[in-house]
Amino acid sequence: MGIELDHILLRLGQFQLTADLQFASATTTALIGASGSGKSTILAAIAGFIELQSGSIRLDGKDMQNVPPGQRPVTMLFQDYNLFPHLSVAQNVGLGLKPSLRLNKDELGLVKDALARVDLAGLGNRLPAQLSGGQAGRVALARALLRKRPVLLLDEPFAALGPAQRSEMLDLVSQVQVEKSLTVLLVTHLPEDAARIASFASVVANGTVTKPVATAQLFADPPPALRDYLG
Amino acid sequence: MKSTLLSAAVLGIFAGAGTAQDRPELVVYTYDSFVSEWGPGPIIEPLFEATCDCDLKLVPAGDGAAVLSRLQLEGQHSDADVVLGLDTSISGSALASGLFTAHGIALPELNLPVDWNDPIFIPFDWGYFAFVYDTTRLSHPPTSFTDLRNVPDSFKIIIEDPRSSTPGLGLLLWIKQVFGDDADQVWADIAPNILTVTAGWSEAYGLFLQGEADMVLSYTTSPAYHLIAEYDDSKAAAAFVEGHYMQVETAAILKSSDQPELARQFLEFVLSDDFQAAIPTTNWMYPVRIPVSGLPSGFDTMIVPTKSLLFSNGDAANVRDEALAEWIAALAR
Amino acid sequence: MDRRFGTLIMASNRALVVLGWTALALITSVSFGSVLAVAFVGDWNHGFPIGALSSLRFTLLQAGISAVICVVLAVPLSRALACRSFVGRRSLVTLLGVPFLLPALVAVLGLLSIFGRSGPVSGALVYFGFQPLNIYGLPGILLVHFFFNLPLVTRLILQGWSDIPSEQFRLAAQLDMRGANFFWSLEWPMLRRVLPGAFLLVFLLCTTSFAVVLTMGGGPKATTLELAIFQALRFDFDLSAAAQLAFLQVLVCGFSVLAVALVQGKSAFGTTLGSFHNRSDGDGTWRLIADCVTIIAASAFLFLPIISILFTGLPALISGLPNSVWLATFRSLLVALTSSVLTVFFSLVIAQMLNTRQDLKTRFAEIASYLPLAISPFVMGTGLFIMINPFADPFALALVVTVIVNTCLCIPLALRGLIPAFAKARQRYGRLALSLDLHGWTAFRVAFWPEIKQPVRFSAAITAALSMGDLGVIALFATPDGGTLPLLMQRLLASYQMDAAAGVAALLLILSFGLFWFIDRGVRIGH
Repeated sequence: MGIELDHILLRLGQFQLTADLQFASATTTALIGASGSGKSTILAAIAGFIELQSGSIRLDGKDMQNVPPGQRPVTMLFQDYNLFPHLSVAQNVGLGLKPSLRLNKDELGLVKDALARVDLAGLGNRLPAQLSGGQAGRVALARALLRKRPVLLLDEPFAALGPAQRSEMLDLVSQVQVEKSLTVLLVTHLPEDAARIASFASVVANGTVTKPVATAQLFADPPPALRDYLG
Repeated sequence: MKSTLLSAAVLGIFAGAGTAQDRPELVVYTYDSFVSEWGPGPIIEPLFEATCDCDLKLVPAGDGAAVLSRLQLEGQHSDADVVLGLDTSISGSALASGLFTAHGIALPELNLPVDWNDPIFIPFDWGYFAFVYDTTRLSHPPTSFTDLRNVPDSFKIIIEDPRSSTPGLGLLLWIKQVFGDDADQVWADIAPNILTVTAGWSEAYGLFLQGEADMVLSYTTSPAYHLIAEYDDSKAAAAFVEGHYMQVETAAILKSSDQPELARQFLEFVLSDDFQAAIPTTNWMYPVRIPVSGLPSGFDTMIVPTKSLLFSNGDAANVRDEALAEWIAALAR
Repeated sequence: MDRRFGTLIMASNRALVVLGWTALALITSVSFGSVLAVAFVGDWNHGFPIGALSSLRFTLLQAGISAVICVVLAVPLSRALACRSFVGRRSLVTLLGVPFLLPALVAVLGLLSIFGRSGPVSGALVYFGFQPLNIYGLPGILLVHFFFNLPLVTRLILQGWSDIPSEQFRLAAQLDMRGANFFWSLEWPMLRRVLPGAFLLVFLLCTTSFAVVLTMGGGPKATTLELAIFQALRFDFDLSAAAQLAFLQVLVCGFSVLAVALVQGKSAFGTTLGSFHNRSDGDGTWRLIADCVTIIAASAFLFLPIISILFTGLPALISGLPNSVWLATFRSLLVALTSSVLTVFFSLVIAQMLNTRQDLKTRFAEIASYLPLAISPFVMGTGLFIMINPFADPFALALVVTVIVNTCLCIPLALRGLIPAFAKARQRYGRLALSLDLHGWTAFRVAFWPEIKQPVRFSAAITAALSMGDLGVIALFATPDGGTLPLLMQRLLASYQMDAAAGVAALLLILSFGLFWFIDRGVRIGH
């Protein structure tokens, strides 16, 4: 599912951000930029948490104006608070199928499969507080799998993890992306993360977003804004 | 108005089954303590119902002043047929409200120290205001306002606020009647002795019983309660040589009553022996007719003032506002 | 980043938002409508009531000083409670709720049994050759208001203390921050956030205080607006004067709410038992002694009068109370629980509505939600009477009216706890819930309930307990066999039945606190 940002303008107090570009269907694109540059703002706009000042966002050609967040073909993983602390792991995943959590046998099977897919088989009854950071990320990912939304937005959900765990998670995302042909946008401030799984990358700086180019090419010949950031 | 609809909806739950009776209903508004378990209400209600073949509904609406303001709020639409318990200090404003009609009853001889020939209000009990003290703590109480004006500042009394309580208003009129234009000077003199001014009689009397003050403004008959009900003779009322102001509690028929005949019958009942005999040990006041059985023993030990003071309805209403302004000015200093 | 999302789209369920506005409109129209009703019926020939300005001055004076004293002295107490751990701490914090729940007259009598002229304090003074304590006048009013509201403010600040993340305390320990440094960088920002709201709450509660001011005030120099209103309603039967005074009261309260809203960003209300912080700055011996003295002194001040109430009432309670007590108890419980359920329902609906947007309209709505606290209960009662009378028999509706008034008065209190809790839940899980397409009941159950259930429980508990003890307006409406416990107590007192009244007071105390404990804490054990 392609993502089109058609001359969008976002305004939050003093801060302004414009973008006019497309992310191709079934690709992974990294959004790179300094903290405060507006990377997360772009994701929030696509997910429907912020209103546009002007322009439009189209997913698969469809205008998202007036489509509430829950009904957009989008799943978003946040920096934190991805899981409800009072619900078990299985329930947290189950929310992806039915918010009412009245799951039938087949659906319970799907939850189990999803947990197995992220290597958490058998941990369904635990509470989030009993999980490590990496495991919590996997639970959120398992839920994303069940939701079957074609767009996956990652707002640095693995930022708190160590390098090894982070790589592991990114690889898992990458596998899932290929399997389900997802369009993934990954917000990161780490060039190595971008290089690891994203075929394309955009730079967010100076209130605007550059058009995505192949990641390898971007790092080989960084534009001035990225050069400043990389130092 | 939504709240009204809501309340109407919830009405059934709270109010229980409605009353649909064939017998006529006589609605009597009165003050709270009249209908309490210890008041005259529970005694007189069946007695009257036995004679009238009607349903007597005694409705408490707060204290005497609250009863009146409630009647004024309801105006012509009031369900009330009779009001029981307006005293002489507020019957002036009651009269002015124009809500009441003449009782048309030829009054029998009354056990009242003053003449009574009011065409609208029928008295049903009375008493004297007085300062009550504890004999175990105070052997020589003041015997006059002159005494009271000269006691040391450490001698404390509790009075009620005339704006919210009938004894409070009674004291105001008492001092006004005795001292006239010098009333403000009297208030200024006793101001240092006033420990506090309470909203109602209950608060004042409660504080006094707890030992907060040497004397409390109450009734000459208050000690009778302690004597008869608690076998405690330690409370006494201080007799003042200037005389004591009276409280006369009255009953009256509302103009808007849909049962005027029944209402009149009730007022006659109020003067009957059945009703009057219930008064002394429930209201702890003097009945307006001595019961056939006489006053309960104990009442004879109460002080009898040498002089009974009472403004007429009209005079009370006239001096009230002026006296109140004096009182506020003297005590706010 | 989150702070910059000024135009977050959060309104996922229009019906609920509409319901919220309706609920708010309902409580403001009951409160304000009652004043209008009184004004409407009043005869406007008398002009502006004389003495209104001097009663306004005294009202502001006593409420202002009461609030300042409460707030200032609650700081050391809550601080001591926040950083000391001892056996029974949790129970002590819960018990702190008791004074707030007492009917005014019961509290006054309880306090006087300790600090009155024949109480032990005066006794000791006289023994050593001093004058007995005379607390009547402004000091008496302040003492009783302090007794009532200290616990409330303490809980509020305690909440503030437990909201400071423990990382900050660790950071401070690492940086070896002490004394003034520690105070200004950690505690002051929290106090700045919490104290204005606490001040406002006490100020509003004291503004409409009636029986306390009258009993302790010592005479007409202590005339408040509330007393002036009472006088206008009862003594002069001048409804227009009562309405004007009530408007004045609303105006004053409205201004103070606005002023505080400007000083402070968000409101907070104590809802938890306050988690225990192992703080590094509490190590000094002097601090330890000071904290112990604070806790013991405060406990003695708060609990001695309560114990005295219990002891005075116990004989009558044991030897048996009149039968009417038990029916009145049942009625009181019914009123308390109904008020509690309604309060929680309306507050929830309003809080979630206020939670959906943060524009000017919503800020205004939040301020309006304080309004019922500014309305004199006498005016509210009279106004409701005027409104109901043409349609139904006010006698029959006595309990319903009591429930309505209790609910209106308790919603502002409940909202102070629910609004921040909803905000916290939204901040954490709002987007997740939205992106998972959770809405309506499911969103409430999954995303919000776990964050708000504690404040909900506290609101329910405090409403139930307050409604047990609230004499409120029922006196104007009560029927011969329709009284609640506080009204019965009043009637007992008026019939010389001092012992039985003391028994009822003790029963009321036990029931109020029992309800409070059971709803706020007891239920939790079941989970």
